Amino acid sequence: MGEVVTVTGLNLWYGERQALHSISLAATEGEVLALIGPSGCGKSTFLRTLNRMNDLIPSVRIEGSVVVLGEDIYRNGMELAELRRRVGLVFQRSNPFPKSIYENVAYGPKIHGEKRRVELDEIVEQSLRRADLWDEVKDRLGASALRLSGGQQQRLCIARALAVRPKILLMDEPASALDPRSTAKIEELIAVLRGEYTILIVTHNMQQAGRVSDRTAFFCDGALIESGVTSDIFTNPQKKETQDYITGRFG
Amino acid sequence: MTRHLDREIGRLKEAVLNLSALVEESVYRAIRAVEDGDAALAKQVIEEDAIIDQREVFVEEECLKIFALYQPVAIDLRFLVAILKLNSDLERIGDLAGNIASRAKGLAGLPRPSGIIDFAPMFAAAKSMLRGSLESLVELDTKKALEVIRSDEALDEANRANYREVKSLIRAYPADLDALLHYLSVSRYLERIGDHCTNIAEDVLYMMEGKIVRHRLDEGW
Repeated sequence: MGEVVTVTGLNLWYGERQALHSISLAATEGEVLALIGPSGCGKSTFLRTLNRMNDLIPSVRIEGSVVVLGEDIYRNGMELAELRRRVGLVFQRSNPFPKSIYENVAYGPKIHGEKRRVELDEIVEQSLRRADLWDEVKDRLGASALRLSGGQQQRLCIARALAVRPKILLMDEPASALDPRSTAKIEELIAVLRGEYTILIVTHNMQQAGRVSDRTAFFCDGALIESGVTSDIFTNPQKKETQDYITGRFG
Repeated sequence: MTRHLDREIGRLKEAVLNLSALVEESVYRAIRAVEDGDAALAKQVIEEDAIIDQREVFVEEECLKIFALYQPVAIDLRFLVAILKLNSDLERIGDLAGNIASRAKGLAGLPRPSGIIDFAPMFAAAKSMLRGSLESLVELDTKKALEVIRSDEALDEANRANYREVKSLIRAYPADLDALLHYLSVSRYLERIGDHCTNIAEDVLYMMEGKIVRHRLDEGW
Protein backbone atom coordinates (compact mmCIF):
# COMPACT_ATOMS: atom_id res chain seq x y z
CA MET A 1 0.00 0.00 0.00
CA GLY A 2 1.82 3.09 -1.20
CA GLU A 3 1.14 6.72 -0.58
CA VAL A 4 -1.32 8.14 -3.09
CA VAL A 5 -1.20 11.63 -1.64
CA THR A 6 2.02 13.13 -0.32
CA VAL A 7 1.93 16.73 0.75
CA THR A 8 5.16 18.31 1.96
CA GLY A 9 5.68 21.78 3.41
CA LEU A 10 2.48 23.18 1.96
CA ASN A 11 1.85 26.90 2.52
CA LEU A 12 -1.20 28.62 1.10
CA TRP A 13 -2.22 32.27 1.10
CA TYR A 14 -5.51 33.95 0.22
CA GLY A 15 -4.11 37.33 -0.75
CA GLU A 16 -2.20 38.51 2.33
CA ARG A 17 -3.73 36.01 4.70
CA GLN A 18 -1.89 32.73 5.17
CA ALA A 19 -4.45 29.91 5.46
CA LEU A 20 -2.13 26.89 5.57
CA HIS A 21 1.19 26.76 7.38
CA SER A 22 3.76 24.22 6.33
CA ILE A 23 1.47 21.19 6.14
CA SER A 24 3.04 17.79 5.61
CA LEU A 25 0.58 14.92 5.44
CA ALA A 26 0.22 11.74 3.41
CA ALA A 27 -2.65 9.39 2.57
CA THR A 28 -2.10 5.72 1.88
CA GLU A 29 -3.89 3.82 -0.87
CA GLY A 30 -7.32 2.62 0.18
CA GLU A 31 -7.47 4.33 3.55
CA VAL A 32 -10.04 6.72 4.94
CA LEU A 33 -8.37 9.81 6.36
CA ALA A 34 -10.55 12.16 8.40
CA LEU A 35 -9.66 15.84 8.65
CA ILE A 36 -11.05 17.50 11.75
CA GLY A 37 -10.70 20.90 13.36
CA PRO A 38 -12.61 24.07 14.16
CA SER A 39 -14.21 26.19 11.43
CA GLY A 40 -11.66 28.18 9.49
CA CYS A 41 -8.77 25.91 10.51
CA GLY A 42 -7.84 25.16 6.91
CA LYS A 43 -9.06 21.59 6.55
CA SER A 44 -11.37 22.31 3.58
CA THR A 45 -8.72 24.51 1.99
CA PHE A 46 -6.25 21.65 2.37
CA LEU A 47 -8.73 19.20 0.82
CA ARG A 48 -9.22 21.47 -2.17
CA THR A 49 -5.50 21.78 -2.86
CA LEU A 50 -5.54 18.07 -3.70
CA ASN A 51 -7.49 18.52 -6.94
CA ARG A 52 -6.57 22.18 -7.43
CA MET A 53 -10.06 23.49 -6.74
CA ASN A 54 -8.42 26.49 -5.07
CA ASP A 55 -7.18 27.55 -8.51
CA LEU A 56 -10.65 28.96 -9.07
CA ILE A 57 -9.95 31.65 -6.47
CA PRO A 58 -7.74 34.31 -8.12
CA SER A 59 -5.82 35.54 -5.04
CA VAL A 60 -4.57 32.10 -4.00
CA ARG A 61 -0.82 31.50 -3.80
CA ILE A 62 0.72 28.14 -2.99
CA GLU A 63 4.19 26.92 -1.95
CA GLY A 64 5.33 23.40 -1.24
CA SER A 65 4.89 20.05 -2.86
CA VAL A 66 1.63 18.21 -3.53
CA VAL A 67 2.15 14.82 -5.13
CA VAL A 68 -1.02 12.96 -6.06
CA LEU A 69 -0.86 9.49 -7.62
CA GLY A 70 2.82 10.01 -8.29
CA GLU A 71 2.48 13.37 -10.01
CA ASP A 72 3.42 16.83 -8.81
CA ILE A 73 0.01 18.36 -9.50
CA TYR A 74 1.21 21.98 -9.35
CA ARG A 75 3.75 21.51 -12.12
CA ASN A 76 3.32 23.46 -15.32
CA GLY A 77 1.17 21.72 -17.88
CA MET A 78 -0.71 19.59 -15.36
CA GLU A 79 -3.90 18.40 -17.05
CA LEU A 80 -6.60 19.63 -14.65
CA ALA A 81 -9.58 17.83 -16.16
CA GLU A 82 -7.70 14.54 -15.84
CA LEU A 83 -6.61 15.39 -12.27
CA ARG A 84 -10.21 16.08 -11.28
CA ARG A 85 -11.35 12.86 -12.91
CA ARG A 86 -8.92 10.91 -10.75
CA VAL A 87 -9.59 12.97 -7.64
CA GLY A 88 -13.35 13.38 -7.18
CA LEU A 89 -14.92 15.91 -4.82
CA VAL A 90 -18.21 15.59 -2.97
CA PHE A 91 -19.47 18.79 -1.37
CA GLN A 92 -21.32 19.51 1.85
CA ARG A 93 -24.51 20.49 0.05
CA SER A 94 -25.55 18.08 -2.62
CA ASN A 95 -25.44 19.86 -5.95
CA PRO A 96 -27.02 17.70 -8.63
CA PHE A 97 -27.39 19.24 -12.07
CA PRO A 98 -30.98 20.23 -12.90
CA LYS A 99 -31.20 17.25 -15.19
CA SER A 100 -32.41 13.68 -14.98
CA ILE A 101 -30.88 11.19 -12.57
CA TYR A 102 -29.39 9.35 -15.55
CA GLU A 103 -27.86 12.47 -17.07
CA ASN A 104 -26.27 13.48 -13.76
CA VAL A 105 -24.28 10.25 -13.63
CA ALA A 106 -23.61 10.02 -17.37
CA TYR A 107 -22.39 13.61 -17.60
CA GLY A 108 -18.81 12.99 -16.49
CA PRO A 109 -18.13 9.98 -18.71
CA LYS A 110 -19.69 11.86 -21.62
CA ILE A 111 -17.40 14.87 -21.33
CA HIS A 112 -14.50 12.46 -21.04
CA GLY A 113 -15.50 11.10 -24.44
CA GLU A 114 -17.74 8.12 -23.76
CA LYS A 115 -20.56 8.23 -26.29
CA ARG A 116 -21.70 4.63 -26.58
CA ARG A 117 -25.15 4.26 -25.06
CA VAL A 118 -24.60 0.69 -23.86
CA GLU A 119 -21.39 1.68 -22.11
CA LEU A 120 -23.06 4.69 -20.54
CA ASP A 121 -26.00 2.59 -19.33
CA GLU A 122 -23.52 0.21 -17.74
CA ILE A 123 -21.57 3.00 -16.05
CA VAL A 124 -24.75 4.65 -14.74
CA GLU A 125 -26.05 1.42 -13.26
CA GLN A 126 -22.71 0.46 -11.73
CA SER A 127 -22.14 3.88 -10.24
CA LEU A 128 -25.64 4.06 -8.78
CA ARG A 129 -25.24 0.57 -7.35
CA ARG A 130 -21.91 1.51 -5.79
CA ALA A 131 -23.52 4.59 -4.26
CA ASP A 132 -26.31 2.35 -2.92
CA LEU A 133 -28.95 4.31 -4.82
CA TRP A 134 -29.81 2.00 -7.73
CA ASP A 135 -32.71 0.16 -6.08
CA GLU A 136 -34.35 3.44 -5.13
CA VAL A 137 -34.15 5.08 -8.57
CA LYS A 138 -33.86 2.34 -11.19
CA ASP A 139 -37.50 2.77 -12.28
CA ARG A 140 -37.27 6.53 -12.69
CA LEU A 141 -33.86 7.27 -14.15
CA GLY A 142 -35.44 9.90 -16.38
CA ALA A 143 -36.91 11.85 -13.44
CA SER A 144 -35.33 15.10 -12.35
CA ALA A 145 -32.51 14.67 -9.83
CA LEU A 146 -33.90 17.63 -7.94
CA ARG A 147 -36.93 15.57 -6.92
CA LEU A 148 -34.79 13.20 -4.85
CA SER A 149 -34.51 13.60 -1.09
CA GLY A 150 -31.44 15.34 0.38
CA GLY A 151 -29.81 12.03 1.30
CA GLN A 152 -30.53 10.57 -2.14
CA GLN A 153 -29.16 13.67 -3.85
CA GLN A 154 -25.95 13.32 -1.87
CA ARG A 155 -25.61 9.67 -2.88
CA LEU A 156 -26.32 10.72 -6.47
CA CYS A 157 -23.41 13.16 -6.24
CA ILE A 158 -21.23 10.31 -4.98
CA ALA A 159 -22.43 8.15 -7.90
CA ARG A 160 -21.59 11.04 -10.23
CA ALA A 161 -18.09 11.24 -8.76
CA LEU A 162 -17.64 7.46 -9.08
CA ALA A 163 -18.83 7.42 -12.70
CA VAL A 164 -15.51 8.80 -13.98
CA ARG A 165 -13.59 6.06 -12.12
CA PRO A 166 -11.57 8.16 -9.71
CA LYS A 167 -8.82 6.82 -7.44
CA ILE A 168 -9.32 9.32 -4.68
CA LEU A 169 -12.52 10.78 -3.24
CA LEU A 170 -12.47 14.07 -1.37
CA MET A 171 -15.53 14.59 0.80
CA ASP A 172 -16.17 17.97 2.35
CA GLU A 173 -18.65 17.41 5.19
CA PRO A 174 -20.72 15.10 3.01
CA ALA A 175 -23.30 14.35 5.69
CA SER A 176 -23.55 17.58 7.64
CA ALA A 177 -26.83 18.63 6.03
CA LEU A 178 -28.42 15.18 6.36
CA ASP A 179 -30.63 13.54 8.99
CA PRO A 180 -29.19 10.66 11.07
CA ARG A 181 -30.60 7.99 8.78
CA SER A 182 -29.21 9.49 5.58
CA THR A 183 -25.96 10.15 7.45
CA ALA A 184 -25.77 6.47 8.39
CA LYS A 185 -26.24 5.56 4.71
CA ILE A 186 -23.35 7.79 3.67
CA GLU A 187 -21.17 6.33 6.42
CA GLU A 188 -22.02 2.78 5.36
CA LEU A 189 -21.16 3.76 1.83
CA ILE A 190 -17.76 5.05 2.94
CA ALA A 191 -17.15 1.71 4.65
CA VAL A 192 -17.95 -0.11 1.39
CA LEU A 193 -15.81 2.20 -0.77
CA ARG A 194 -12.82 2.10 1.60
CA GLY A 195 -10.10 -0.09 0.19
CA GLU A 196 -11.08 0.49 -3.41
CA TYR A 197 -10.78 4.25 -3.17
CA THR A 198 -8.67 6.46 -0.98
CA ILE A 199 -11.06 8.76 0.86
CA LEU A 200 -10.24 12.05 2.56
CA ILE A 201 -13.20 13.34 4.52
CA VAL A 202 -13.63 16.68 6.27
CA THR A 203 -16.09 16.39 9.13
CA HIS A 204 -17.22 18.41 12.12
CA ASN A 205 -18.78 15.34 13.64
CA MET A 206 -16.21 13.70 15.94
CA GLN A 207 -18.18 10.49 16.26
CA GLN A 208 -18.36 10.31 12.50
CA ALA A 209 -14.59 10.66 12.19
CA GLY A 210 -14.30 7.90 14.80
CA ARG A 211 -16.71 5.62 12.97
CA VAL A 212 -15.55 5.96 9.38
CA SER A 213 -11.84 6.72 9.33
CA ASP A 214 -8.61 4.73 9.66
CA ARG A 215 -6.55 7.78 10.50
CA THR A 216 -7.42 11.26 11.68
CA ALA A 217 -5.61 14.55 11.18
CA PHE A 218 -6.36 17.50 13.44
CA PHE A 219 -5.98 20.99 12.00
CA CYS A 220 -6.03 24.23 13.95
CA ASP A 221 -5.33 27.80 12.76
CA GLY A 222 -4.05 26.57 9.43
CA ALA A 223 -1.55 24.14 10.95
CA LEU A 224 -1.60 20.37 11.21
CA ILE A 225 -1.42 19.75 14.94
CA GLU A 226 -1.45 16.00 15.04
CA SER A 227 -2.29 13.00 12.88
CA GLY A 228 -2.47 9.34 13.74
CA VAL A 229 -4.50 6.16 13.89
CA THR A 230 -8.08 7.24 14.65
CA SER A 231 -8.51 5.03 17.72
CA ASP A 232 -5.30 6.47 19.19
CA ILE A 233 -6.36 10.05 18.49
CA PHE A 234 -9.69 9.50 20.24
CA THR A 235 -8.37 7.58 23.23
CA ASN A 236 -4.98 9.12 23.80
CA PRO A 237 -4.12 12.18 21.72
CA GLN A 238 -0.54 13.36 22.13
CA LYS A 239 -1.17 17.10 21.85
CA LYS A 240 -3.12 19.17 24.34
CA GLU A 241 -4.80 21.15 21.54
CA THR A 242 -6.18 17.93 20.05
CA GLN A 243 -7.45 16.77 23.42
CA ASP A 244 -9.10 20.12 24.12
CA TYR A 245 -10.82 20.10 20.75
CA ILE A 246 -12.12 16.54 20.66
CA THR A 247 -13.34 16.67 24.26
CA GLY A 248 -15.14 19.95 23.61
CA ARG A 249 -12.92 22.09 25.85
CA PHE A 250 -11.99 24.23 22.88
CA GLY A 251 -12.40 28.02 23.18
CA MET B 1 -16.23 27.45 29.31
CA THR B 2 -17.71 24.80 31.61
CA ARG B 3 -19.01 21.81 29.77
CA HIS B 4 -22.07 19.86 30.91
CA LEU B 5 -19.74 16.90 31.00
CA ASP B 6 -17.47 18.66 33.53
CA ARG B 7 -20.37 19.00 35.94
CA GLU B 8 -21.21 15.31 35.57
CA ILE B 9 -17.59 14.32 36.03
CA GLY B 10 -17.33 16.58 39.09
CA ARG B 11 -20.29 14.82 40.68
CA LEU B 12 -18.85 11.44 39.80
CA LYS B 13 -15.48 12.31 41.31
CA GLU B 14 -17.16 13.34 44.52
CA ALA B 15 -19.10 10.06 44.67
CA VAL B 16 -15.90 8.03 44.11
CA LEU B 17 -13.99 9.97 46.75
CA ASN B 18 -16.82 9.39 49.24
CA LEU B 19 -16.79 5.71 48.40
CA SER B 20 -13.03 5.45 48.79
CA ALA B 21 -13.18 7.23 52.16
CA LEU B 22 -15.79 4.72 53.35
CA VAL B 23 -13.72 1.78 52.12
CA GLU B 24 -10.55 3.06 53.75
CA GLU B 25 -12.35 3.59 57.04
CA SER B 26 -13.81 0.11 56.81
CA VAL B 27 -10.40 -1.53 56.31
CA TYR B 28 -8.85 0.47 59.14
CA ARG B 29 -11.62 -0.51 61.53
CA ALA B 30 -11.48 -4.17 60.50
CA ILE B 31 -7.76 -4.20 61.26
CA ARG B 32 -8.38 -2.49 64.59
CA ALA B 33 -11.05 -5.08 65.41
CA VAL B 34 -8.45 -7.84 64.87
CA GLU B 35 -5.79 -6.01 66.87
CA ASP B 36 -8.08 -5.22 69.80
CA GLY B 37 -10.24 -8.34 69.65
CA ASP B 38 -13.23 -5.98 69.36
CA ALA B 39 -16.27 -8.00 68.26
CA ALA B 40 -18.65 -5.01 68.39
CA LEU B 41 -16.48 -2.99 66.03
CA ALA B 42 -16.21 -6.03 63.75
CA LYS B 43 -19.98 -6.34 63.64
CA GLN B 44 -20.29 -2.69 62.70
CA VAL B 45 -17.84 -3.11 59.79
CA ILE B 46 -19.81 -6.07 58.47
CA GLU B 47 -23.12 -4.22 58.68
CA GLU B 48 -21.82 -1.10 57.00
CA ASP B 49 -20.60 -2.99 53.95
CA ALA B 50 -24.15 -2.63 52.58
CA ILE B 51 -23.60 1.13 52.30
CA ILE B 52 -20.43 0.58 50.29
CA ASP B 53 -22.31 -1.76 47.97
CA GLN B 54 -25.01 0.85 47.37
CA ARG B 55 -22.44 3.54 46.63
CA GLU B 56 -20.66 1.26 44.19
CA VAL B 57 -23.88 0.71 42.25
CA PHE B 58 -24.50 4.46 42.22
CA VAL B 59 -21.03 5.17 40.76
CA GLU B 60 -21.50 2.51 38.11
CA GLU B 61 -24.87 3.90 37.08
CA GLU B 62 -23.44 7.41 36.84
CA CYS B 63 -20.61 6.16 34.61
CA LEU B 64 -23.01 4.34 32.30
CA LYS B 65 -25.24 7.41 32.09
CA ILE B 66 -22.29 9.61 31.11
CA PHE B 67 -21.14 7.12 28.45
CA ALA B 68 -24.62 7.04 26.95
CA LEU B 69 -25.25 10.77 27.01
CA TYR B 70 -21.84 12.28 26.25
CA GLN B 71 -19.85 9.75 24.22
CA PRO B 72 -16.65 10.81 25.97
CA VAL B 73 -13.26 10.62 24.25
CA ALA B 74 -9.57 11.03 25.16
CA ILE B 75 -8.90 11.96 28.83
CA ASP B 76 -12.66 11.94 29.59
CA LEU B 77 -12.99 8.44 28.19
CA ARG B 78 -9.95 7.15 30.05
CA PHE B 79 -11.14 8.78 33.27
CA LEU B 80 -14.54 7.08 33.05
CA VAL B 81 -13.12 3.68 32.14
CA ALA B 82 -10.67 3.93 35.04
CA ILE B 83 -13.45 4.92 37.46
CA LEU B 84 -15.69 2.11 36.27
CA LYS B 85 -12.91 -0.41 36.90
CA LEU B 86 -11.54 0.91 40.16
CA ASN B 87 -15.10 1.20 41.45
CA SER B 88 -15.30 -2.61 41.49
CA ASP B 89 -11.92 -2.80 43.18
CA LEU B 90 -13.11 -0.45 45.91
CA GLU B 91 -16.21 -2.55 46.44
CA ARG B 92 -14.12 -5.73 46.63
CA ILE B 93 -11.81 -4.10 49.18
CA GLY B 94 -14.93 -3.29 51.18
CA ASP B 95 -15.95 -6.97 51.04
CA LEU B 96 -12.48 -8.02 52.18
CA ALA B 97 -12.70 -5.60 55.11
CA GLY B 98 -15.95 -7.38 55.98
CA ASN B 99 -14.17 -10.74 55.74
CA ILE B 100 -11.39 -9.54 58.02
CA ALA B 101 -14.03 -8.29 60.47
CA SER B 102 -15.67 -11.74 60.45
CA ARG B 103 -12.34 -13.25 61.41
CA ALA B 104 -11.97 -10.64 64.13
CA LYS B 105 -15.34 -11.75 65.50
CA GLY B 106 -14.17 -15.36 65.45
CA LEU B 107 -10.91 -14.47 67.17
CA ALA B 108 -12.72 -12.45 69.86
CA GLY B 109 -14.48 -15.61 71.03
CA LEU B 110 -11.28 -17.65 71.33
CA PRO B 111 -8.51 -17.70 73.91
CA ARG B 112 -5.40 -15.82 72.85
CA PRO B 113 -3.02 -18.26 71.09
CA SER B 114 0.28 -19.10 72.79
CA GLY B 115 2.45 -18.36 69.78
CA ILE B 116 1.86 -14.86 68.40
CA ILE B 117 2.37 -13.74 64.80
CA ASP B 118 3.46 -10.16 64.53
CA PHE B 119 0.90 -8.65 62.17
CA ALA B 120 1.90 -5.04 62.72
CA PRO B 121 4.19 -4.75 59.66
CA MET B 122 1.61 -6.35 57.37
CA PHE B 123 -1.17 -4.16 58.69
CA ALA B 124 1.02 -1.12 58.11
CA ALA B 125 1.97 -2.24 54.60
CA ALA B 126 -1.64 -2.88 53.56
CA LYS B 127 -2.80 0.45 54.99
CA SER B 128 0.01 2.24 53.22
CA MET B 129 -0.85 0.61 49.87
CA LEU B 130 -4.50 1.49 50.26
CA ARG B 131 -3.68 5.06 51.22
CA GLY B 132 -1.16 5.35 48.36
CA SER B 133 -3.59 4.04 45.76
CA LEU B 134 -6.37 6.37 46.91
CA GLU B 135 -4.01 9.34 47.04
CA SER B 136 -2.74 8.55 43.55
CA LEU B 137 -6.39 8.65 42.48
CA VAL B 138 -7.27 11.86 44.29
CA GLU B 139 -4.09 13.68 43.28
CA LEU B 140 -3.80 11.99 39.87
CA ASP B 141 -0.22 11.21 40.87
CA THR B 142 1.48 8.65 38.62
CA LYS B 143 4.56 8.50 40.84
CA LYS B 144 2.48 7.39 43.81
CA ALA B 145 0.64 4.90 41.62
CA LEU B 146 3.93 3.34 40.58
CA GLU B 147 5.08 3.13 44.21
CA VAL B 148 1.90 1.24 45.08
CA ILE B 149 2.40 -1.22 42.24
CA ARG B 150 6.01 -1.82 43.26
CA SER B 151 5.17 -2.34 46.93
CA ASP B 152 2.70 -5.17 46.26
CA GLU B 153 5.46 -7.77 46.21
CA ALA B 154 6.37 -6.99 49.84
CA LEU B 155 2.79 -7.66 50.92
CA ASP B 156 2.74 -10.92 48.94
CA GLU B 157 5.95 -11.96 50.66
CA ALA B 158 4.57 -11.08 54.10
CA ASN B 159 1.59 -13.33 53.34
CA ARG B 160 3.86 -16.20 52.34
CA ALA B 161 5.91 -15.72 55.53
CA ASN B 162 2.71 -15.77 57.61
CA TYR B 163 1.69 -19.00 55.95
CA ARG B 164 4.99 -20.64 56.90
CA GLU B 165 4.72 -19.21 60.42
CA VAL B 166 1.16 -20.44 60.90
CA LYS B 167 2.14 -23.91 59.76
CA SER B 168 4.91 -24.19 62.30
CA LEU B 169 2.74 -22.69 65.05
CA ILE B 170 -0.01 -25.25 64.36
CA ARG B 171 2.57 -27.97 64.80
CA ALA B 172 3.83 -26.42 68.03
CA TYR B 173 0.41 -25.50 69.49
CA PRO B 174 -2.31 -27.70 67.94
CA ALA B 175 -4.84 -26.38 70.45
CA ASP B 176 -4.61 -22.94 68.79
CA LEU B 177 -5.67 -24.32 65.41
CA ASP B 178 -8.91 -22.30 65.09
CA ALA B 179 -7.33 -19.01 66.03
CA LEU B 180 -4.35 -19.60 63.77
CA LEU B 181 -6.60 -20.34 60.80
CA HIS B 182 -8.39 -17.06 61.43
CA TYR B 183 -5.03 -15.28 61.37
CA LEU B 184 -4.06 -17.05 58.19
CA SER B 185 -7.28 -15.86 56.56
CA VAL B 186 -6.68 -12.29 57.70
CA SER B 187 -3.25 -12.47 56.14
CA ARG B 188 -4.69 -13.69 52.85
CA TYR B 189 -7.38 -11.00 52.82
CA LEU B 190 -4.77 -8.32 53.37
CA GLU B 191 -2.76 -9.72 50.49
CA ARG B 192 -5.89 -9.56 48.29
CA ILE B 193 -6.48 -5.96 49.35
CA GLY B 194 -2.96 -5.23 48.11
CA ASP B 195 -3.88 -6.75 44.73
CA HIS B 196 -6.93 -4.50 44.42
CA CYS B 197 -4.84 -1.47 45.39
CA THR B 198 -2.46 -2.44 42.59
CA ASN B 199 -5.39 -2.56 40.17
CA ILE B 200 -6.49 0.92 41.26
CA ALA B 201 -2.97 2.26 40.78
CA GLU B 202 -2.82 0.69 37.31
CA ASP B 203 -6.13 2.32 36.41
CA VAL B 204 -4.80 5.69 37.58
CA LEU B 205 -1.74 5.19 35.36
CA TYR B 206 -3.97 4.35 32.41
CA MET B 207 -6.09 7.40 33.06
CA MET B 208 -3.10 9.71 33.16
CA GLU B 209 -0.81 8.18 30.56
CA GLY B 210 -3.17 6.30 28.26
CA LYS B 211 -1.05 3.19 28.60
CA ILE B 212 -2.20 -0.14 29.95
CA VAL B 213 0.59 -1.24 32.30
CA ARG B 214 -1.12 -4.35 33.60
CA HIS B 215 1.05 -7.47 33.15
CA ARG B 216 3.93 -5.49 31.68
CA LEU B 217 5.33 -3.29 34.37
CA ASP B 218 8.84 -4.40 33.49
CA GLU B 219 8.60 -2.91 29.99
CA GLY B 220 10.24 0.37 30.84
CA TRP B 221 7.97 1.58 33.65
